[in-house]
Amino acid sequence: MQVMPNYDGMFGALADATRRDIVRRAIDAQEGVAQIASHYPMSFAAVQKHVAILERAGLVSKHRIGRRKVVRTNLEGLRVARRLLDQYEELWRGRIDRMSELITNRQE
Amino acid sequence: MTVTSITKDPRSLSMTLTAELAATPDRVWQLWADPRQLERWWGPPTYPATVTSHDLRVGGKVEYHMTGPEGDQPKGYWIIDEVEPPHRLVFHDGFANEDGTPNEQMPSNEARVSIQEIGDGRTRMLIESIFPTTEALEQMLAMGMEEGLRQAVGQIDAILGEGAVA
Repeated sequence: MQVMPNYDGMFGALADATRRDIVRRAIDAQEGVAQIASHYPMSFAAVQKHVAILERAGLVSKHRIGRRKVVRTNLEGLRVARRLLDQYEELWRGRIDRMSELITNRQE
Repeated sequence: MTVTSITKDPRSLSMTLTAELAATPDRVWQLWADPRQLERWWGPPTYPATVTSHDLRVGGKVEYHMTGPEGDQPKGYWIIDEVEPPHRLVFHDGFANEDGTPNEQMPSNEARVSIQEIGDGRTRMLIESIFPTTEALEQMLAMGMEEGLRQAVGQIDAILGEGAVA
């Protein structure tokens, strides 16, 4: 069973290389969507869509700095994702370990 | 190391885990077929599983809940598609609502378990997880069991390192 299903959106968002790159860029919170889009060989609309997916997943948010609107990474969200990823990684390995243990104990 | 390989095939939306266990196929089968043994390995120590019903026949259901450190009790279920003791078990694993009915909002995944003797009293167990959609596969990728996601994890670490915000 997959635990903590509420984080699906976050994992889906991070499963894409461009979106991970956007998350990295947005740590400095210097650029708006148009500036971010200029780094990628894709349309503004496509980048806007990526940003929207990240926003919905709670990984970035938009903030007003003077007249500009910048995209900023939510670092706490990333930390949560990282912890959950570790948890998931261990799930099946843990199950197999426990199976081995049960088998060994019963044979003794 | 008992887990000998973990691979995934994006085209068939599947992941395969192979493990070698020091026991006969009959003994390994008991891990799945005996609910008291199943609940000793299914849940992690922090979320022990309690199997409340266990009918390992085609069309049968296995119902369980996990108990978290805060006393929370998420519920899950299996629907058995194929069963052939002690070699083969195919089921769907999904989330259940508070009343035990399947939660249709959450994707269920198909698990195929194959148990084969490899000699010297050892058994190879193959667990194949098949996901119905790309979204569900992404969830699986997010479970960190294959290389692509290991890289993603590394990248997240790098991002956090660069962030330098406590």
